[in-house]
Amino acid sequence: MAETRRPEVDVAIVGFGWCGAIMAKEMREAGLRVVALERGAMRDTWPDGAYPKTLDELTYNVRHRLFQDLSQSTVTIRHNEGQQAVPYRRFGAFLPGQGVGGAGLHWSGCHWRVLPEELRLRSHYEERYGRGFIPDEMTIQDFGVTYAELEPHFDFAEKVFGTSGTAYRVKGQVVGEGNPFEADRSSPFPLPAQKNTYSAELFRRAALEVGFHPFSIPSANTSAPYTNPYDCQMGPCNFCGFCSGYACYMYSKASPNVNILPALRDDPEFELRPGCEVLRVDLDSTGRQATGVTYADAEGNTVTQPARLVIVATFAYNNARLLLLSRIGQPYDPRSGEGTVGRNFNYQNMATIKAFFDTDKYVDPFIGAGGNGVAFDDFNGDHFDHGPLGFVGGSPCWVNQAGNKPASGIALPAGSPGWGAAWKKAARDAYRHTVSMDAHGTNLSYRDCYLSLDPTYRDAWGQPLLRMTFDWHDNDIRMSRYVTAQMEKVARAMAPKSINVLVKQPGAHFDARSYQTTHMGGGAVMGTDPRTSVLNRYLQSWDVHNVFVPGSSAFPQGLGYNPTGTVAALTYWSARAIRGEYLRNPGPLVPR
Amino acid sequence: MSNGSLPSDRRGLMKLGAALLPALAGLEAGHAGIGRAEAGTPPAAAPAAYAPGYFTATEWRFLHAFCDRLIPADETGPGAVEAGVPEFIDRQLATPWGFGKLWYMEGPFVDGPPELGVQSPLTPRDLYRQGIAAVEASVRRAQGRAFAELDAAARDAVLHALDKGETDLGPALPSAYFFASVLQDTLHGYFADPVHGGNRGMGGWKMVGFPGARGDFWDWVDRHDGRPYPLPPMSITGRRA
Repeated sequence: MAETRRPEVDVAIVGFGWCGAIMAKEMREAGLRVVALERGAMRDTWPDGAYPKTLDELTYNVRHRLFQDLSQSTVTIRHNEGQQAVPYRRFGAFLPGQGVGGAGLHWSGCHWRVLPEELRLRSHYEERYGRGFIPDEMTIQDFGVTYAELEPHFDFAEKVFGTSGTAYRVKGQVVGEGNPFEADRSSPFPLPAQKNTYSAELFRRAALEVGFHPFSIPSANTSAPYTNPYDCQMGPCNFCGFCSGYACYMYSKASPNVNILPALRDDPEFELRPGCEVLRVDLDSTGRQATGVTYADAEGNTVTQPARLVIVATFAYNNARLLLLSRIGQPYDPRSGEGTVGRNFNYQNMATIKAFFDTDKYVDPFIGAGGNGVAFDDFNGDHFDHGPLGFVGGSPCWVNQAGNKPASGIALPAGSPGWGAAWKKAARDAYRHTVSMDAHGTNLSYRDCYLSLDPTYRDAWGQPLLRMTFDWHDNDIRMSRYVTAQMEKVARAMAPKSINVLVKQPGAHFDARSYQTTHMGGGAVMGTDPRTSVLNRYLQSWDVHNVFVPGSSAFPQGLGYNPTGTVAALTYWSARAIRGEYLRNPGPLVPR
Repeated sequence: MSNGSLPSDRRGLMKLGAALLPALAGLEAGHAGIGRAEAGTPPAAAPAAYAPGYFTATEWRFLHAFCDRLIPADETGPGAVEAGVPEFIDRQLATPWGFGKLWYMEGPFVDGPPELGVQSPLTPRDLYRQGIAAVEASVRRAQGRAFAELDAAARDAVLHALDKGETDLGPALPSAYFFASVLQDTLHGYFADPVHGGNRGMGGWKMVGFPGARGDFWDWVDRHDGRPYPLPPMSITGRRA
């Protein structure tokens, strides 16, 4: 185990998922020498998504081949400060990634733009509903960037991802049957919306019948062949149903590997080093400037990589961990409310309805694509009057049939047995005849939900695991129950034989055992006030100006939508600030 | 009971292929209430004899008798034994998963609220070894013979007690956890691609109508007529059911 020091580069990027790949491309376009350090293995369509062996549910969905190696590192979880946190030993509620492409390789592909009001959530609610409307314990705040500022970056990210969708309004003109609640766009989607599955079509018809406004989910799964601005090519999605959890064998699902890496791979000024676990960002003696990073390589050597600029682009909550391990910023203390690193950890707030149809009606849930489906946004954001309801937040509702396969479990009507002859009949009668729909809601931020370093458990390199202190709050449960009741009207309008409504009961605790989403956020949030944010509005550390931290870690609270589209736009926004002002005049882009 | 209802189950056992029968000689199972209709599927070609790599002969008999009740053979579709689930589980126990290498296994192992997930130090190999021995001991104490020697109704009663957490398997292994683990592995073996040793003849897929590794539904996605996708299942190997 030698200690070595590598020659200095301009930019060291920690993590090669979407954020790392976007930053690498942008920094190369700025002429900087870039090294990207990825803790996991090299991954690409070949061999990791090669047909036909990728069509293997056991290996990919059940044994989680492409996900984080929990044997080496995980997180610990507790519901509150009174509990001892225990390790997340096996996959359940969330599925973090590892390896080149990160979670961007095995994601689904729902590709959204954040709602304008969600970027200024506290201001918006205070303006419309008054200051007293937001509960004291709720620490929601504004992002510090507006939709208008991000719009060009949403637009470009969609062109990089090859996103399929139907626009509603472009440059102020209504152009199509997209989401009427959507903010204005500067151009249509690069590809038309995908075809819909039968389940999504049933949902669309029922939502119209109930009086809601259904539209096709913007999908980073291609509806047609596509070449992106980096000359990376994609083939049309064929709805194979092996999408979430898999590398796409058809080059149809946007990923850092398919949509960006081909433009970097042969660049001599870019180097991607897999198998490198970054242990810390190194600081100079003042603690105000980063000098590079130190990592453990696959052979167990400790390597120092000097760099003039460090991009912390790990998976979501791990950004807060690396800042804590590097002593960048002040750790959050929930008692005093002081400190920022780890503050405002947030998640997603899911509810699901299963609609079971007669056995002569085939929905065939194995047909699917990760980003495909039909949604309605009538109860997302502030598209409905929260005043009489008394809660903050909302949910898009959708059928998003990504491809349901039987080894991962077959949903059965309530009261069905779990084994034996009666289970067999129930499984046979349900599998091809069930429509699943979700209310994919906001989880807001709270004083007592945060990230810190665990005092007991360590990773394979001897470093403390990240500890999540997290539980559901009444506001979010009430929101979810309200919106799920609206979605239930749609489910019933589909005239199924029976339905199961899976929604949190009042007082429910966070359950880490069964999958919800992998949409974690916060812990290193952006904002306008260094007392309540780790990063300024350009994702630059308030404390160490040559450290930038892109990711959903920057979200001050959870969104109604999936995060990736907003993560990508924020990363381009940050990259352009680096390429413009920061490189001309390295230092804080916003005065403290 | 041991003589009462053999014929129907004997036919089921025949389907396993002669090679497995010696291992199942002690299994005199049957349930008069479930007549085994021929499910319309020809018997799969007799599989080559599979010698378990992990399980002992006693455990192997136990596992067959256990899986046989989790997914019994009947007119709905093949049973777990017929589908090769025991072979699947044995083969899985030789993978890193079997050794607990896909899980965070550093101590201390402290029980938290159940919602925060399993905190057991047992690997799947440990779980099967300890769990089978403990269930066998419990059955022997109560009934004076091996689990595999019980008839179907008696085995079902054992499974229900395990499922409800009512059986004492020692402090390290709550019986509901043992039961849920074996059930989960059985379902995985019943529905995973046949390359992993289970789902023999794609029988699990045929039962529910999953077409397996077809990997292309472009022509069917927007038919929207509620009629079934028409083609039979296909394995990763390209073999069609």
